[in-house]
Amino acid sequence: MSATDTVSSLQSTLLARFSYLTPRSGSADHPAVNVPAENLVSFATALRDELGFDMLTDIAGADWDQESPRFAAVYHFVRTAKCEYLRVVCAAPDDVAPSIPSLVALYPSANWFEREAHDMFGIDFAGHPDLRRILMWDSYPWHPLRKEFPLAGKETDIPSDDQIEGARTKVRPAPLAGGPFVATPGKTMHDGEPHGKDQSWNETQPKPTR
Amino acid sequence: MSSSTTEYGYNSKVEGEVIVTKADAVINWVRSNSVWPMPMGLACCAIELMGSGGSRFDISRFGMEVMRFSPRQSDCMIVAGTVTYKMAEVVRRIYDQMAEPKWVVAMGACASSGGMFRSYATLQGVDRILPVDVYISGCPPKPEALLDGMMLLQEKIRREPATKTLLRPRPSRIVDTKVVA
Ligand code: SF4
Repeated sequence: MSATDTVSSLQSTLLARFSYLTPRSGSADHPAVNVPAENLVSFATALRDELGFDMLTDIAGADWDQESPRFAAVYHFVRTAKCEYLRVVCAAPDDVAPSIPSLVALYPSANWFEREAHDMFGIDFAGHPDLRRILMWDSYPWHPLRKEFPLAGKETDIPSDDQIEGARTKVRPAPLAGGPFVATPGKTMHDGEPHGKDQSWNETQPKPTR
Repeated sequence: MSSSTTEYGYNSKVEGEVIVTKADAVINWVRSNSVWPMPMGLACCAIELMGSGGSRFDISRFGMEVMRFSPRQSDCMIVAGTVTYKMAEVVRRIYDQMAEPKWVVAMGACASSGGMFRSYATLQGVDRILPVDVYISGCPPKPEALLDGMMLLQEKIRREPATKTLLRPRPSRIVDTKVVA
């Protein structure tokens, strides 16, 4: 049995057993399914207790920009006995105030993953015991991995309980000078090295004032 | 037995034990040859900083090997690594806790300018919050470069008006945010 057969067999078993699942196409490595938010907890419970998926290795947030549903959480479950992965995608029904049920009660590893997705995408994991930001500071007002957030950042106050005299700086936007840096095969080594495609601001052209 | 012929003149024996110099020179000589760095290791550059302390590069040859992890005991903060905005406050607070006179070395591209991390999370150069004395280029700088930078700092220390600022606060070392804006 080849790897692809295993992928499709696990996927079809799941699809046959749980009627609310939909297949997720385009996954080249692991079987992948979509689960509606309202069925996520019962599906994860079945995965853990009946199907032997005893490990949750990652939860990633996703922002699909113009599409609806816009936000999703991508879960990676592992069945350690067989070393099998399963990718489960759960879209948040609401595009403006995205909310997905928390899996912390089932998998303690979900705790920090959900905090990260909350921090970066603003997804509310309902039922999380301690949904604070994990990377940015608590008073940071934005969710930096959302599509509308500029890579350069936005002007913000830096965190400080008692603002220190002499260090009054702010978060200032830092546009990428000359980026994006991508390597393109060229005739000479010099041509092939990563070059900045955008040369509107470089050593010879001054930084635009904003 | 004292006699009327006691010599009060020039005693050549004393001369060998007295050095006539300027106070500045003495103070700066002492300061520059016993720099106690505060290793503010925040990212990969800190590995090179550790390498500089090892036997191969041996930072102690230049009198600055006494890395202290307490700001109270150190007088030169080596900022080695990426300073995030979240960490900026902590870095500044540790700097404030160091006793005067104190110096700052920005080691590597990240500490000097934010380096490759031109993003929402990274402070674009630690000189926005600290008065930096020496910048060291490189990503990461080799230990030789760090040693060179530290020797530049020693030269800088030797030029300072140490006596004038001994009992007075040193000239304002507060970062002017207007300049870095
Ligand atoms: S300058 Fe380079 S080596 Fe040093 S901390 Fe930044 S990324 Fe790491």
